[in-house]
Amino acid sequence: MADIMMWEAIMRAHDEEMANDPMVIAMGEDIGVVGGTYKATMGLYDKYGEQRVIDTPISENGYTGLGIGASFLGVRPIIEIMSVNFAWLAMDQIFNTAAKVRYMSGGQLQAPIVIRSPGGTAHQLGSQHSARMEKVFMGVAGLRVVTPSNPRQAYGLLKSAVRCNDPVFINEHELMYNMRGDVSEEEYFHPLEGSEVAREGKDVTLFGYNISVHWCLKAAGLLSKHHGIEAEVVDLFALSPLDREGIRNSVSKTHRAVIVEEAEPAVGVGAEVMAIINEECFFELDAAPVRVSALNVPIPYNHAMEKAALPDENDVVQAVRNMFGI
Amino acid sequence: MKDTDKKRVLREMLFARRFEERCYEAYVERNIGGFLHLYPGEEACAFGVLEAAKPGHDYVITSYRDHVHAIKSGSDPKKVMAELFAKETGVSKGRGGSMHIFDVANRFMGGYALVGGPFPLAAGIAKGIQMQGGDEICICFLGDAANNQGTFHESLNMAKIWNLPVLYVCENNLYGIGTRIDRSTAVIDQYKRVSGYNIPSAQEDGQDFDLVYKAANKAIKHVRAGKGPYFLELMTYRYRGHSMSDSNAYRAKTEERMWSGRDPVIMLRDRLIESGALTLDEYKEMDTAILDEIEDEVIRYAAESPEPHMSEVEKFVLAENDPWVKGGVQ
Repeated sequence: MADIMMWEAIMRAHDEEMANDPMVIAMGEDIGVVGGTYKATMGLYDKYGEQRVIDTPISENGYTGLGIGASFLGVRPIIEIMSVNFAWLAMDQIFNTAAKVRYMSGGQLQAPIVIRSPGGTAHQLGSQHSARMEKVFMGVAGLRVVTPSNPRQAYGLLKSAVRCNDPVFINEHELMYNMRGDVSEEEYFHPLEGSEVAREGKDVTLFGYNISVHWCLKAAGLLSKHHGIEAEVVDLFALSPLDREGIRNSVSKTHRAVIVEEAEPAVGVGAEVMAIINEECFFELDAAPVRVSALNVPIPYNHAMEKAALPDENDVVQAVRNMFGI
Repeated sequence: MKDTDKKRVLREMLFARRFEERCYEAYVERNIGGFLHLYPGEEACAFGVLEAAKPGHDYVITSYRDHVHAIKSGSDPKKVMAELFAKETGVSKGRGGSMHIFDVANRFMGGYALVGGPFPLAAGIAKGIQMQGGDEICICFLGDAANNQGTFHESLNMAKIWNLPVLYVCENNLYGIGTRIDRSTAVIDQYKRVSGYNIPSAQEDGQDFDLVYKAANKAIKHVRAGKGPYFLELMTYRYRGHSMSDSNAYRAKTEERMWSGRDPVIMLRDRLIESGALTLDEYKEMDTAILDEIEDEVIRYAAESPEPHMSEVEKFVLAENDPWVKGGVQ
């Protein structure tokens, strides 16, 4: 085991996959000579050259489309979109081409691209650099969406995503690139479907993904310490498709569910997980499921307002206390 | 080009004309659904360029007005018509329709419905060619109105900085859906817009097969030699509306008459008659044979083919049994 940071884990996955297959390329803004805004492609330009580690112009829709076109010929592009907010500009190519080309060609073409992009709200980046877009991507057929909560997942998810024949969107987080964690020294491929139990519990299930897994874990600690409630934390590292079985298994055990998301509530992960609970195990419930979400506002610049707009572990604790009436 | 080859091309162009006209009828008969964009009037563009290229070897990509480009790339017209009839035997297994003709075995990389969408895809295909080291090129056919999309500028820029083997062919038919080019576009001559990206370009009469063929040869020679992208603008005209839902009321009859007086099929026919390589009777026989072929073979095949199985409606969304979804075979 190596204790490394998230960006190092992502960089290692790039490096191994590029060494393994000469058709794997990396592309994006400032990913080559500079090594990436979050260092996720550090050193690759010197090692693999400008034909395979490509500094793109600031043309998100254009270079995403270019990556998709290259993937038709067997190229395996790992496309970094510097901030998920910029991915809005590439939606045309992601949704209209990558997600649909296998289907509308009757299975003749596929677009095995990986798009990595940090979403989430960092510190005072303002409304146009604080989007949480996972819910947009997970709503479209033909795309896979995964989101790592730790370096092990970040490494293994990228490795599998590169080799998978579907387009995969990897939702990273601006605040998590320096997060440390153990990653196996041996090569590891993380599944692109499923969920992980990050903490065992029996009284309530806290569903989280990406950064909200950490809020859930902190909340679970507080609930155990102060209220004697043992919360199970389920890490939904795969957002599309969601793990119906994993969701059902945990709720069938705890009979209570709280879904924690960094995004605005409407049409989001919380809404979708709640729908799955209704469909899969409604009669197992002892209480109505609730979601803990951001406020439905563009993210403000003011630090206190920014904090107020976002959920944290205390909001999770409060939601569970309300559920138990304590 | 020898007259015997030109006669072959004339037959192919006339076939394309009759194919599209028959599509119109099949749409009215409700055998074709959705949107239908037809090519009559513009035939010399696809045939002039692809005659100079290596169809089946070079990659071709285009917009939703795509039937004829696919056929000239090597697609079986029966399978193209079957696609329009939404049949399992269609090139895209009935899942694509008129705007999404795909025939990857013939390197026809698809018809796409978003105006300007194929610009970056073509550059990407060219990137793939470059990485594989082959002598193929990618040819991207789009209309003039696509040039007002951001993808035009983004893709030309990238194609140039990375020296990609892509030929962009602009079929300038003077209208973006129903809006005339001078009402939507600051610069009418599209080839001039490319100078901002330091890409060589040319403008040619898109109604004259011989001129298109000559211009395309020069363009393709440039791209295949590894000298980077090229932009060829062909001035042309579509006889029908943008799609079947377009009443075509926005164009003056005098303008339509002027262009139909320069019909690409008739111009090539008359040139062959003048040179003594063809007689009018031969042409009429050719036409009759084509009409019979379309009716007896193409339409019949499409009409008699089976529909896709409804049990397969969820097939092709994602890859089937991809081992990496489970984290690989370990």
